[in-house]
Amino acid sequence: MLKIENLHTEIDGKAILKGLSLEVRAGEVHAIMGPNGAGKSTLSYALGGRPGYEVTQGSVTFNGENLLELEPHERAAAGLFLGFQYPVEIPGVSNVQFLREALNAQRSARGQEALSGGEFLKLAKEKAGLLKLDMEMLKRQVNVGFSGGEKKRAEMVQMGILDPKFAVLDETDSGLDIDALRIVGEGINSIMRAPDKGVLLITHYQRLLDVVKPDRVSILANGRIVETGGPELALRLEEEGYDAVMAAEAANA
Amino acid sequence: MPEAAQLYRPTTRDEAWRYADSDFIADADLATLNHWRVIDVSAGETVREVKTHLSDASSSGMIDRLRIHVGAGGRFEAFSILGGGHYQRVEIEVTLEEGAHFEFGGVTVGGETKRQEFVTRTIHAHPNATSNQVVRAVHWGQATGNYLGRIEVARGAQKTDAAQNFRAILLEKGASANAKPELEIFADDVLCAHGAAIGQLDEHAAYYMAARGIPPHLARKLLVQAFIGDAFVELDDQASREMMVERALEQLEGATL
Repeated sequence: MLKIENLHTEIDGKAILKGLSLEVRAGEVHAIMGPNGAGKSTLSYALGGRPGYEVTQGSVTFNGENLLELEPHERAAAGLFLGFQYPVEIPGVSNVQFLREALNAQRSARGQEALSGGEFLKLAKEKAGLLKLDMEMLKRQVNVGFSGGEKKRAEMVQMGILDPKFAVLDETDSGLDIDALRIVGEGINSIMRAPDKGVLLITHYQRLLDVVKPDRVSILANGRIVETGGPELALRLEEEGYDAVMAAEAANA
Repeated sequence: MPEAAQLYRPTTRDEAWRYADSDFIADADLATLNHWRVIDVSAGETVREVKTHLSDASSSGMIDRLRIHVGAGGRFEAFSILGGGHYQRVEIEVTLEEGAHFEFGGVTVGGETKRQEFVTRTIHAHPNATSNQVVRAVHWGQATGNYLGRIEVARGAQKTDAAQNFRAILLEKGASANAKPELEIFADDVLCAHGAAIGQLDEHAAYYMAARGIPPHLARKLLVQAFIGDAFVELDDQASREMMVERALEQLEGATL
């Protein structure tokens, strides 16, 4: 579903991703773990087309389409959702207006009819309920005055409303307490666990993976995938740490 | 000052005209330049003016000078959009009696070589008067938006509370904005707050919107809408408020960015 081959990126002339290859098949949740500075967030922004994250080499194919040729808003309309590690505040724009414009822009790009105000509110209410986010929060300005945990839950409400085919979630678990982590994890399962959907889950911790059980786990270090395995790889990392696991892999290689 | 006392042709060497369009001043009819509309707000009364100046770019421009006296406990509110013409200037001189209030919300929005400015002189002549001014500027092309806000607090005008805030967004290189706050305070127990910032559209917000599927022109519209909305927050009539935001956004529609 998502195929990344030999991806190289630069930020301000500095190489961050150095030949990253990875494939996520439909129906899979693929977790990416790795030490700080490995390039995890850069990978998510490169996939999302953030200005400044220049792809210098390699390719990304999404459902057979060349993802890198698309503008950021076209990638979203094609079904890609990027969950932000630090969701952005937009003063003066309400969540309801923001998401309705976003959903209808995506629908219009796909040749679908716009949702009416009533239809949209019904959908928003349902998804907010799923993430146990008070509907009143959605009437407020986008992320303004939200706590860290509320921002992450609001991200998942957005994902629920936009109903993407593929989600790249960048440390969606950071800043969440134990209860919120469970709610967000179950939200991811209910929105994205489907035979025709895929998830790239970037995380530091096993605790999210206890709820959203990954099919595959990869370790990203120094701009490349150094190891891919099943869910047991995440458990080994949790117990032994990155250094030990990577040293062992290097010795075996 | 009696109106016909002396007709004067200002130049850009005059402080209050420093960012004005010198050709316009040189060519304008002298009587027009010196004409002041006069409004007298009686004690305890509220007067509100909601105006849009949206003539097209072929118009050479306009000047609207307004001299207001607000009686004790009275209130004068002005909400204004400068969106058209080559040179546009709205100038407001307001004198506040005891406990009176002046509310001003202004937006300049334009491209090409338009030059649009608000010039205010707020005279807190007596104690306990308040004033609040919010001006937002959105420009592209080679256009310029200016806000010159002078606040005078007279001797003995204690408990004055005066605020002014100016922010500009420049959508393109080449556009500019000028802010000139000026405070002259002769009382010691007063609050005067002023702030000015000139910047670009929030790139992080624009990308966040793109990542959710909102195309650039729509993201720009939403962000500008939120930005100029600040100027009309105190406009206590929803229909007028929405109309003002809409008129201002229409100017943006014509922008080729």
